[in-house]
Amino acid sequence: MRVALFVPCYVDQFYPQVAIASLELLEKLGIEVHVPSNQTCCGQPMANSGFASSTEGCDTNFFKNFEGFDYIVGPTGSCILHLKEHHPSEEIRNSVYEICEFLVDVLKVKSLSANFPHKIGLHQSCHGQRGLRLSSMTELNEAPFSKLAQLLDLVNGVEYVYPERADECCGFGGTFCVTEEAVSVRMGQDRVESHLKNEIEYIVGGDTSCLMHMEGILKRQGSKVQVKHIVEILNHA
Amino acid sequence: MLNHAEASEKFIEDAERTTWHDETLWFVRSKRDKVSKLLPEWEALREQASLIKDHTLANLGQYLEEFESKAQKNGIKVHWAKDAQEHNEIVLSIISKHGGKALVKSKSMLTEECHLNDFLTKKGVEVVDTDLGERIVQFRNEVPSHIVLPAIHLKKEDVGETFHEFLGTPKGNKDPQFLTEAARQHLRGFFLGANVAITGVNFAVAETGEFVVCTNEGNADMGAHLAKVHIACMGIEKMIPKRKDLGVFLRLLARSATGQLITTYSSHFAKPREGQEMHIILVDNGRTRQLARDEFRNSLKCIRCAACFNTCPVYRRSGGHSYHQPVAGPIGSILAPNFDKSANVDLPFASTLCGSCSNVCPVKINIHEQLWFWRQDLMKDGLAPLGKSLSMKGMAFVFSNPTIFKLAGYMGRMVMRFAPFIVNNSLNPWFKQREMPEAPKESFQSWYKNRK
Repeated sequence: MRVALFVPCYVDQFYPQVAIASLELLEKLGIEVHVPSNQTCCGQPMANSGFASSTEGCDTNFFKNFEGFDYIVGPTGSCILHLKEHHPSEEIRNSVYEICEFLVDVLKVKSLSANFPHKIGLHQSCHGQRGLRLSSMTELNEAPFSKLAQLLDLVNGVEYVYPERADECCGFGGTFCVTEEAVSVRMGQDRVESHLKNEIEYIVGGDTSCLMHMEGILKRQGSKVQVKHIVEILNHA
Repeated sequence: MLNHAEASEKFIEDAERTTWHDETLWFVRSKRDKVSKLLPEWEALREQASLIKDHTLANLGQYLEEFESKAQKNGIKVHWAKDAQEHNEIVLSIISKHGGKALVKSKSMLTEECHLNDFLTKKGVEVVDTDLGERIVQFRNEVPSHIVLPAIHLKKEDVGETFHEFLGTPKGNKDPQFLTEAARQHLRGFFLGANVAITGVNFAVAETGEFVVCTNEGNADMGAHLAKVHIACMGIEKMIPKRKDLGVFLRLLARSATGQLITTYSSHFAKPREGQEMHIILVDNGRTRQLARDEFRNSLKCIRCAACFNTCPVYRRSGGHSYHQPVAGPIGSILAPNFDKSANVDLPFASTLCGSCSNVCPVKINIHEQLWFWRQDLMKDGLAPLGKSLSMKGMAFVFSNPTIFKLAGYMGRMVMRFAPFIVNNSLNPWFKQREMPEAPKESFQSWYKNRK
């Protein structure tokens, strides 16, 4: 099985610990992980801004870095969804996986040697949840399930809780966070507040961008609560 | 006119009211969740409704003609209007024939879309909106902020003040029951005096030539039953093939809209009563243009339940008026560019693309995907501000070149580490109310290179 780790641009630059945890976790599970060194961005920031027509260079670069792998795995649901829906190459579209999806559906992980004795608020990011179907959605009349929760159930000591309005958006929304600053911030503040009501120590999710947004708000409020990507929990010894 | 972001910022300045608006609409969404989950066949109903609408839209011409001929046989006068102007002229000509100076109206978003009130007022005809919420916003010279709950942006205190000013209710009285009674008494005279009543249409049945109007207050019935002339105005997409299809749509509509099992009144109008004149105006106003666009066609399935409004985290925190269109919310944002691209270029961007709208939609319109498609369409038409096009080109260039990307990332992190004031200032909209992420010493890629 040829597996490549996709490290989205902003994770590479601002959240290297998320990529490191992804890499180490996959290696612990016996996977030989390739990390193409000239990868940059999935193209979503341009496409969601209405400039899908300008992503050609980005798409080509992605293809050059990732062609020929069986699985392309990344720690951000949103970038993965973009690739799955919009990358021009069918090969790429069919081989990208969000990391939780990969662990549950492909590796069928049944045990982890992880330990995280803390209470965490589980944040369900929209693109992972509604786009990639990582969990059931409150709007639909369907049986509840969650691939993220399934993985957390394998971690020692962790207690996870959902906020009220279990799957409301945090308001990040890509360039929305600056073009619609007021609404974006208000959504983020509301989301953070409902997590904090549960007296948690960490807000944990599968999409680094939502976490970055909520982290910015938590820090501005001077809160001690931190954000962590779920792979950091799953990889925590 | 303020764009969506500017108007939202103003709305949100009143934090307490924003909380109240958000919670009130979330309450409606929760009721919708509860009742939809009582039906094991809920998702199958949505699928069925979506398929019926697909089929109807694919054969719209045929169903419209069938409806016309059946309705005419029933004694209804059928009119066709290609746009808002024609629609308004037709209404005026019917009113003029009957020498009316005042008319009562209920339950029509289409007439809002056509700006009928303005048009008729200018021609000297008084239009009285009889639904409570509509009447309130009409007094205040506003437009509805929500297609099902038109005055949801107002609190009972605001209504009390408005009624004090226009109906002479005691100052400071905000008792909903008292105020509703005052409105009823005030409207009664208009109901009795008007010889023309206008209603909207929820469903037009091709098979029978009848139309169905769903309401909770019953004003559409009161108006239509008292007036000598009933004019029903409908967009051509309101068509359904058979009466039995109502068994699907009526179950979905009220549950999706307000969490009720069914609307209080689902009134079937099939033929004029003796001595009454019944008209129906079939309005295109851009619908056939939308029908011809593959990506946007199924926006015409909409049954105007507003479930997408209530679930939208952006709408709940920005208020309906921030959308500057008769139909606000997510569905409004995909309908509006069809009317005027450049005036509504902001609306498809007033979303995080979270996808909740598409999930609650009873006819399964892929609303969030259409928002994305409109973004592409509008930018392709050159409607982006210059700064945006340039920054997008810059971004595309950097991401196409790994070496430049690495250099830019490195420089960015160093600036943030050693000269944070360059990004931490009021020119950066992120920083206004959020901290920037901490810039690490090295990127993942450089860590990885050293690891080997």
